[in-house]
Order: sequence, then structure tokens, then C-alpha cells
Amino acid sequence: METVLTTHFANERYRLLDTYRRYGGYEALKKAFAMDPGGIIDEVKKANLRGRGGAGFPAGVKWGFLPKDLSRPRVLVVNADEGEPGTFKDRVIMTRGPHLLIEGIVISCFALRAYACWIYIRGEFVREARIMDEAIAEAYAAGFLGKNILGSGFDLDVTVHRGAGAYICGEETSLINSLEGKRGWPRLKPPFPASVGAFGLPTIVNNVETIADIPWIVTHGGETFAALGVEKNGGTRLIGVSGAVNRPGVYELAAGTNLKEIIYTHAGGIKDGKKLKAVIPGGSSTPVLRPDEIDVSYDIESMAKIGTMAGSGGVIVIPEGTCMVRALSVLMNFYAHESCGQCTPCREGTGWLKKIVGRIEAGKGRKGDVELILDLCDNMMGRTICPLSEAAVMPAQSFIWKFREEFDRHIGEQKCPYGNRF
Amino acid sequence: MSVAFSETGRAEFERLMTRYPDRKAVILPALHLAQKEFGYVSDEAIVYIAGLVGTSPAEIEGVATFYTMYNRMPVGKYHVQICRNISCSLLGAEHLIEHVSKKLGVRPGETTPDGKFTLTKVECLGSCGTAPVMQVNDEYHENLTVESIDRILDPLP
Repeated sequence: METVLTTHFANERYRLLDTYRRYGGYEALKKAFAMDPGGIIDEVKKANLRGRGGAGFPAGVKWGFLPKDLSRPRVLVVNADEGEPGTFKDRVIMTRGPHLLIEGIVISCFALRAYACWIYIRGEFVREARIMDEAIAEAYAAGFLGKNILGSGFDLDVTVHRGAGAYICGEETSLINSLEGKRGWPRLKPPFPASVGAFGLPTIVNNVETIADIPWIVTHGGETFAALGVEKNGGTRLIGVSGAVNRPGVYELAAGTNLKEIIYTHAGGIKDGKKLKAVIPGGSSTPVLRPDEIDVSYDIESMAKIGTMAGSGGVIVIPEGTCMVRALSVLMNFYAHESCGQCTPCREGTGWLKKIVGRIEAGKGRKGDVELILDLCDNMMGRTICPLSEAAVMPAQSFIWKFREEFDRHIGEQKCPYGNRF
Repeated sequence: MSVAFSETGRAEFERLMTRYPDRKAVILPALHLAQKEFGYVSDEAIVYIAGLVGTSPAEIEGVATFYTMYNRMPVGKYHVQICRNISCSLLGAEHLIEHVSKKLGVRPGETTPDGKFTLTKVECLGSCGTAPVMQVNDEYHENLTVESIDRILDPLP
């Protein structure tokens, strides 16, 4: 199968500039400089490149939101705040192919006419930030960054900006606030970042994988990229499979690969010969699937049709014998911990979800608690500035809808039938 | 007692100041730098950074306390942070946390009396494919077992 990103990732030296160039690195940039910026954006539109951070917004359309008038300087911010539980793919790009990201950044900034780029990388990724810094230094020294890149007259500065431990900063307006030195509180939209973003400037925020796809798109053309995937969802995806599988890891597969095949063929099936109990298909926020629902094309549209999301490409595999109430309790602790506290429905709602699911798991659930959770969920959907509230609601609702009997049994027996353990 | 960056720290701070169009954008990197140089983000460090950036200590404190990685209290020489999120939990993280807790004689959130280890339960570290995972200071340790944790922690000086 054709791969866009990981082709040379097995080579440890691919992270170094000379090896990257030996494999044709920075040739796409030369091609891009000979193109019209608008022409590059057209190729990205033709590529059906959907944002790889989770929301799946078409990248070319997002780029088109920048104001036509060039009087205010524009900037690009790369979202490397990879924090959605179950997601660990951008880390692979940054450690294995940092120049792929840098080349993508230079091409994207040239297309967008942006003068600066910040890579916002989660604070825990100390090693990844160091590798990116080293690669950026190499790129500056070789004239791929800085003033008058390759004699094109185009200038660009790239800076790594480390976060400091806040899931919410993966949300683009929160990320912008954090980049500006503030608490990571999401902003009300409008104005959208494309008109008023980082430092008040027109800003595009894209995920690492989205930007790393750009050099291949420029080299091979948008239509070729689109053809790798399915309609409306072009290219390949880095899919991270974790949990109870024999071969957890990141797999680059065509968008639209069958989810069952991802789990059983690529990731080697369920660990210890167990049966499958459930799959969280696209990062912890996405609605859970039962085993009878996973024979589905893993692309944005097909996943939406069955009421869930391909999200950030993080497939979490839950084996038989797992207490679904306990699993949900882990997730509810997470969202309560990560709510930024700005909006009442989320701040209070995530706290209550944590408490109620926690007490059901502890054998202290009350009659009516399940209905109470569902009622809370209704009051948390669509009532907040950002989608963190919904990110907590989607697992809560779907765990109950699909595994209701486990919740009822915990409450009825006043204990965890699984002995309060995973 | 007032604090100040070392000469290298100061140079790094000055370099950072050239990378943003607004000086307040250096607040997060400066807090990282302070934690690296002073061990934790003390009240004095907050006042110092406020002076350098040209804003109030209250603003710096408001930022510092929003993010989990800035330690407002001293932590042990080795900060052992074990992921407790879903992919790690499915592969035994709870058991590993209990093991380390027993081994060090502290509960999560506590520091050993000799100041050597602080144990913390943390949320997803973004390394789910190699779960269970812990971070000791800056370094990730992956595919953990009780045995490998012992091999990692026991020889630490």
C-alpha cells in the first residue's frame, strides 16, 4: 500500500536533514516555490485533506477562511498538543520525521503567506520538543528556514512552544491563548482564528499530521492524494491502536480501511486470545462501539453514519472481562480533571459525572442514577464555548446506551461484579 | 529571598523574547525555565518572572496554577508520574501505581521523607501504544511491568 508519511520511518537517521534529503526531502518545497500560493491551496482542496486532529474539518476550506486582504501579517500554528487519550501518532511524526513536518510548514506558510509559525507541543513531550528543535536548527543552517529561503524571497521563522499539561489546549482557541502566555481558556467564536487569532493576527491552526501530509500532496498532486482514501476523506491516516491488542502501535493505512481489519489484521487481534468487548474508535471522546458494529469503513463519513467518529485516529480496544462502569469512571475522572472551569455546564457537569459514575462503580449507586447521568448529559450538550463538555458526554451516553445492564447490575447488587478491578 | 536565572538561563530567556511578537508569550517558557533552574515554581520565582515580563505576580500565578506541570511546591529529586488513563489502565496501570506506592511508602501526591521520590498519578501521556507508561522527570518509560519499574527505580542515585 502507498504510504505518505511513514515510508522511511524505520530508518533511525531519517530524522536528520542529510538522510531526509537523500530520500527526496525538501524537493516538494522547491516545486512549491515555483507554484502560485493559490495553486497550492487548490491542490490541498482537491486532496480532500481532512484535519487529522479530531474534528476532521477540510484543511483547504479552513485555509480559505483567511482574509483576502494581505495588510495584516498572518501566522500558522501547528497543533502538537496531542492529548486525546488513545492518540499517539503526532509523536511518531515528530520523532521519526521532523523534517517532514518542517517542510510541510514552509510550504503551508508560503501558500498562506504567513511569516511565522509556532509548533505548540505538549509539555510532557520533552524529547519530541528537543528533536524538533534540533531539526529546526538544521533547517535554518541549510537555508530552509529564515530569510530568503532557497532564494525565493520568502522569509519564515519557526519556533517550538511547549505547553505545560492541559488537555484543553488541544482546542485551537485555548491553544492560542496558551501560546500568548495566558491560561488555556477557549475563546468565544466569532471572531474565528482565521480573522483574529494568535497575537490578534489572522491565524491558521492545523494538526501535525495534516501539515506533514502537505509535501506529498505538492509532489504528487491533490487528486492522487485524494485517490488514496475514500470520497470526501482523502489520503492515508496514522491510526494508533492501543489497549488489549497483540500488536499495539501506529499504522499508516488508507482512509476508509475497515475497522475490524485494523484491529484483527494490522494490530494482531485481541490480546491473550480473548474476545472483544468494545472499541472506542477515535480517541476517548468518541462514542463507544460494540463488537457487532466494527465492520465499518474507518473514514469520517462512514463513522458518522453509525453515530460515532474517526476523531483523532486513536482506536482503544477493550477486551471481555472489563468492567465498563470502571472504564467510564476512568474517563469521567479525566474530563473532570481537564475541564478548564470557564463554562458552568462543563465545570459542574464533568464533576457530577465523575461523582455519580464513581459511586456506581464503588457499589453506592442509587436508583435513578443512570437517568440522572443522562439528564446531566442533555444539559451539557451544546451549551458551552468549546467541545470539552461534549467530549465527556459522548462516552457517558454511549457507554450507558450500549452497556446499560452493567450499570443497572452495579446499582442493583450494590457492588462491582468485576471486583473493582480491570 | 529573591531568585534570579543563571547566566545561561538569562541568555535562554533573552533568546525566547525574540521569538514572539508579544512579550507575554514568554510566560510559559519562562515558567519552564524557572522550574528547571529553581526546582519548582516558588512564590519568589513568580515575582521574578513578573518583573522580567513586566506584568503582575497575580497574572503569572494565574497562569502557573492553570497548568499541571508547574510545581508550586517542591517535588522529590525524581518525580514519578504514572499514567492512569484508559489505555494504561486496561493494561494494568492501577496495579503498577499500587506497587510503586507500596514500594516507596507514599500515596500518590506525596513525597518520600528523604525527598528522593514524589509519586503522582497523571492523565494521558500520549504514549498509549506502549502502555503502561510513566514519566520520571523528563523521561518516558514505556511497556512497564512491576519488574521493569523496579529495574528503573532501584538504581537511581
